[in-house]
Amino acid sequence: MIASKNRIKESYGDKVFLTFIYILLTAVLIVILYPLVYIASASLSSPLAVSSGKVWLWPVNFSLAGYEAVFRNPQVVLGYANSFFYTIFGTLISTTLTVLVAYPLSRRSFYGRNVLMIFIVITMLFNGGLIPEYLIVKQFGMVDTRWALLIPKAIAVWQIIIARTFFQSTIPDELVEASELDGCSDLRFLGSIVLPLSKPIIAVVALMYGIYQWNTYFDALIYLKTQALYPLQLVLRNILILNTVSGGNIDAAELLKRRDVADLMKYSLIVVACLPVLVVYPFIQRFFVKGMLIGSVKG
Amino acid sequence: MKSFKKHWQFYLVLIVPVLYFVIFKYIPMAGVLIAFKDYSVVQGVFGSPWVGDKQFRLFFENPQAWILVKNTLFISLYQIAVSFPLPIILALFLNEIRNGWFKKTVQMVTYAPYFISTVIIVSMLIMLLSPRLGVVNHLLGFFGIHEINFMGEPSLFRSIYVWSDAWQNTGYSAVIYLAALAGIDPSLYEAARVDGASRFQKILNVDLPGILPAATIILILSVGNLMSVGFEKIYLMQNPINLSQSEILATYVYKMGLLNANFSFATAIGLFNSIINLILLVAVNALAKRISGNALW
Repeated sequence: MIASKNRIKESYGDKVFLTFIYILLTAVLIVILYPLVYIASASLSSPLAVSSGKVWLWPVNFSLAGYEAVFRNPQVVLGYANSFFYTIFGTLISTTLTVLVAYPLSRRSFYGRNVLMIFIVITMLFNGGLIPEYLIVKQFGMVDTRWALLIPKAIAVWQIIIARTFFQSTIPDELVEASELDGCSDLRFLGSIVLPLSKPIIAVVALMYGIYQWNTYFDALIYLKTQALYPLQLVLRNILILNTVSGGNIDAAELLKRRDVADLMKYSLIVVACLPVLVVYPFIQRFFVKGMLIGSVKG
Repeated sequence: MKSFKKHWQFYLVLIVPVLYFVIFKYIPMAGVLIAFKDYSVVQGVFGSPWVGDKQFRLFFENPQAWILVKNTLFISLYQIAVSFPLPIILALFLNEIRNGWFKKTVQMVTYAPYFISTVIIVSMLIMLLSPRLGVVNHLLGFFGIHEINFMGEPSLFRSIYVWSDAWQNTGYSAVIYLAALAGIDPSLYEAARVDGASRFQKILNVDLPGILPAATIILILSVGNLMSVGFEKIYLMQNPINLSQSEILATYVYKMGLLNANFSFATAIGLFNSIINLILLVAVNALAKRISGNALW
């Protein structure tokens, strides 16, 4: 009561400024949402409505023709399955390795942790570059195999730093000492005490690796030749980007209709490709924020 | 040695990750040597003959080299000019909002595009900006503006790249500043209020100094990466028409090295690129240290 009475009244200028902020942020909301809403709406409209420019916000002449075309395309279905494979196994490998490095690094009694940390951080500052990395992967016979997408980029140094910082700040030394007295080995302690206590950070690390695997196309582009191994993003590139560059010529009339469906399919394809990330987004958003903040604390 | 006996399991478990770093990170670093060699697949990295700076001379004698350097630099500088201040402004403004529901919505929405893949972002650009089908041209037509072939206009390439990047990443980059703002000592706000500071003065004198350390670090890091603008996105945005503006060092390295199998030449260009990055990083870090006292090291 007293506090609210004593509050200094907002001046006129402040009110104007605050209104300006609200208007600006609303404009930002619209600018970011509009393309996304448009694509979702276009994907649910009839081919003709999209190509003739009748869609501008909501679906026109509701139709699922685009989605039918997407799911009838064997390349897309295969790419989808491949991407799930790469995402699941890539995340599994990466997360396991990251925890196995980060945990020993977080233990003060572990001799050599500083040297090891420097050894790892150096790879953040210097790298061999594209060609030498490619040559190594080739030498190991991984080119054009699924391994090429799972192994060469398996560990991200940043994730090690995040996980290590978390372990260091949440696992009390007393707990380690107590379990050592009880004769608990290091790995057993990691498996039955550290991991259950570190679920949030493991979720963050796994999600970051998972999103990376789902979204990346570059490694697939340089290492894979066999189409059957392509992840979804590379399939998308072939359908969505390589096809459109040559566009812009005058079309024969009979080609027009088929082209309309093909164009519509692109909108549906984008929605389908974003779906897995979209479904988990509300859950992961706060995890990601947390992960970024832990990472930014100097370890 | 006591530690070794006590933690033998750790050392055992660490063998795999250490091997990973040696094989996929350190050996490629040594592989940079082929920039000074004439690499042939048969002779391998160590068997190929030394040629000194031949690959570098070959690159710089080509007039295209400077176009590549210029394109790379201009895109990066443009990008820093846009994507450095925008997240700060967004965070400062979001910080003024007391309405929890509105603030959460803006944060959630601005953060979302970060999770969209590069392939899809570029596809969206091509589709939405297309002259015949794109909604942007339909909307422009509504205002009587003649249709523009955005992706086929070399002079628009940089702007499309930079602003679509801002669209995608501003919300994500603002998170770090929001955290810094949340950490500002509340007594500073009270003092400002007692002194009769307006909202704007409070932003200028309390908020901005509060996020300055974080901003400095981020600026140093982005200048240190000046020459490594996103290959992934630019490569996808390239088409034969906009190549004069969109060919950068990284895409050239990819084309020369992996598509034309010119391994040594491409490695030399890549090395040139990373050396410039390193020099910039060290220089900016020293500069920031002298001016503001905040620096990476």
